[in-house]
Amino acid sequence: MADHKHHTSHEEHLREQHLMLDPMPRGKMNEMVMEAMHTTSWKFWLVFGLLAAIVAYALFYKWGVMILEGLGVAGVNRPSYWGIFLVNTVFWIGISHAGTFISAILRVFKAEFRRPFTRAAELMTTFGLVQAGFSIFMHMGRVWLSYWLMPIPNQRGLWPNFHSPLSWDLLAITTYLLSSTMYLFLPLIPDLAMARDRTPDGTWQKVFYRTLALGFRGTEGEWTHLRNALNIFAFAIIPVMFSVHTIVSWDFAMATRPGWNSTIFGPYFVVGALHSGMGAVVMVLAVVRGTMKNMKYFIRPEHFEAIGKLMLIISMTWGYFFFNDYIVQWYGGDKWTKELLHWHEAGPMGWMWFGMLICNVAIPWAILWNKKWRSTPWLLFIVGMLINVGMWFERYIIVPISLTINRMPFTWRLYQPGIEVWLGIGTLAFFILLYMAASKLIPLIPVWEVQEGQMAHSLKKYGRETVVTVSELE
Amino acid sequence: MTVDLNKLHAVGAIAEAAEGKWGMVIDMDLCTGCQACVAACAMENNIPYVEEEDAGYGRSMHWIRTERFWEGEYPEVKISGYQPMLCQQCGKAPCEPVCPAFATVHSQAEQLNLQVYNRCVGTRYCANNCPYQVRSFNWRDYQDSRVRPEITILANQFNPDVTVRRRGVMEKCTFCIQRIHKAQDKAKSEGREVEDGEFTTACAQACPANAITFGRIDHPESLVSQLARSPRAEHHLEELGTLPRVTYLKEG
Repeated sequence: MADHKHHTSHEEHLREQHLMLDPMPRGKMNEMVMEAMHTTSWKFWLVFGLLAAIVAYALFYKWGVMILEGLGVAGVNRPSYWGIFLVNTVFWIGISHAGTFISAILRVFKAEFRRPFTRAAELMTTFGLVQAGFSIFMHMGRVWLSYWLMPIPNQRGLWPNFHSPLSWDLLAITTYLLSSTMYLFLPLIPDLAMARDRTPDGTWQKVFYRTLALGFRGTEGEWTHLRNALNIFAFAIIPVMFSVHTIVSWDFAMATRPGWNSTIFGPYFVVGALHSGMGAVVMVLAVVRGTMKNMKYFIRPEHFEAIGKLMLIISMTWGYFFFNDYIVQWYGGDKWTKELLHWHEAGPMGWMWFGMLICNVAIPWAILWNKKWRSTPWLLFIVGMLINVGMWFERYIIVPISLTINRMPFTWRLYQPGIEVWLGIGTLAFFILLYMAASKLIPLIPVWEVQEGQMAHSLKKYGRETVVTVSELE
Repeated sequence: MTVDLNKLHAVGAIAEAAEGKWGMVIDMDLCTGCQACVAACAMENNIPYVEEEDAGYGRSMHWIRTERFWEGEYPEVKISGYQPMLCQQCGKAPCEPVCPAFATVHSQAEQLNLQVYNRCVGTRYCANNCPYQVRSFNWRDYQDSRVRPEITILANQFNPDVTVRRRGVMEKCTFCIQRIHKAQDKAKSEGREVEDGEFTTACAQACPANAITFGRIDHPESLVSQLARSPRAEHHLEELGTLPRVTYLKEG
């Protein structure tokens, strides 16, 4: 970074602050991104090996044990038939929302600050959905028969039940996984081609990039096709994103359980997903910026500042929906719901309810209003982490804690997590592991998008005043 | 018809309930909470025992349970009643639409709520959505003698008319459907209809206080129909519109 104390003019100050006004030649940026990809310290491999060991033990070994022995090794029980498995499913789908939100919605609205980190966010979508898939399959009593839930024609004429919200859920998540993977892949093509051209012949990486780049050469026609496809996808994936978490919320809202049967759950879940997703994006960006080479040029405090603002707005929206959900349920006056609301706050897990409100509302509101604070990467990392803790608490309160209270008081029993804690840690480790592997394999910064933005931005002088101008490219 | 139509709200539901053949009445005034029904049910339907640890965590598998209610704080406790709770064989069952695999279905022939064990993949959505919380899940392979050698001896008393269930499968009360079918087969071979009181479920058979009555509710003069018309009759969680097939006679 340039020295802060010596900017001689307003112009220099602007260049220093904004990536879009601080252009570099395309070749130089390509080199920087390739260098970031290829520079790997021993610390990386240490963490990588550690995470791989955790994944092998906590995710695959423990899951194997559970498949062989049955769900008895987990803590799920009557009446909390759904435990941390479903908490994690909802949590990971929530994490996956930020990718699409940042990439598609900010692209549609032409928010320029999105450019350097769309890829980083889209990767979260795909990898988050992988963890959600793991979590939901672990949850099943007979996972080896899970293909029965897919509408596959078979000789016995058996078919899934499309009345069940779980069937909708499966279709929604599959649609989202496929479309978000395609949406990750499309803008990646030019960068894969860039990496292909900068990888020596005869290496497996060359084969990898050559295969995935689909022969992209950067002709005018190819760019036009790519832009058209991206435009279509950016618009088309937004309703998919909103629908997927709404449908996840219907798993709960369509049930007859007190505390679940709430009409506001759809938007409440979507906003909750964005809340945790933005928190996760900011964490990833802080780590990428802090640990990878050349990233301080691409990811700057201005980006944290912009995401910080979004986080503040989303936190307020979440607070509104939480209050709405609460007040409507309370006003409904159903005796079991009242019992449940009391149980949330004053039951043995009441600390979690208050922790949720502190992490999701109080802390973001206290910190993110200040421009200086929300431009500080490490502070935003902490806020993002706390928001994710808070959002995990929220899902924990909705799933096992709400399930504790039902209309048969004789069966009330507190849920005690068992092996699912290990499995949850395993999914978290697997998410980070996949992300680390990806950071070494694919260019984490969409160089062409950054360059495109830099070309559109320029500084003009009107008299003594320096003014930023942006031209419309697309 | 025989069912008290005033008790049914939804129009579509009336037709469904009126066709229903089998019903149960439980007199809570007579129930002493002795749990004979629980034991009989477990033996009749090959319900596994789950060992100390799982039982301590509340995983005991019962298709019928005797809920115990009390007043006051220990040691000044007064038992205020017992309530045997089993699958209510709802006419409009909340468990049915939520199963993604069609493992929880309504039978056309018996108008009962069936669980298809070998179709169940164990999402446990049905159990979540059951307002009566009467479904039990096979958390482990409780009945596999390879996993639990001590079960081998118990396997000798398995009811050959009923299957055993493996891990990851939901199960629940069937109104002793194997007995229903046996009686129907016998009646059919003799060219007649099944008579009221010809057979009964394991729980009703075992109840020493005669608190449980099972029979045909499409016969107005059957014992179960007469009892269901009692002024003491009520259905649990009727406000949910589940149309339960089990009638409780509240303490009068």
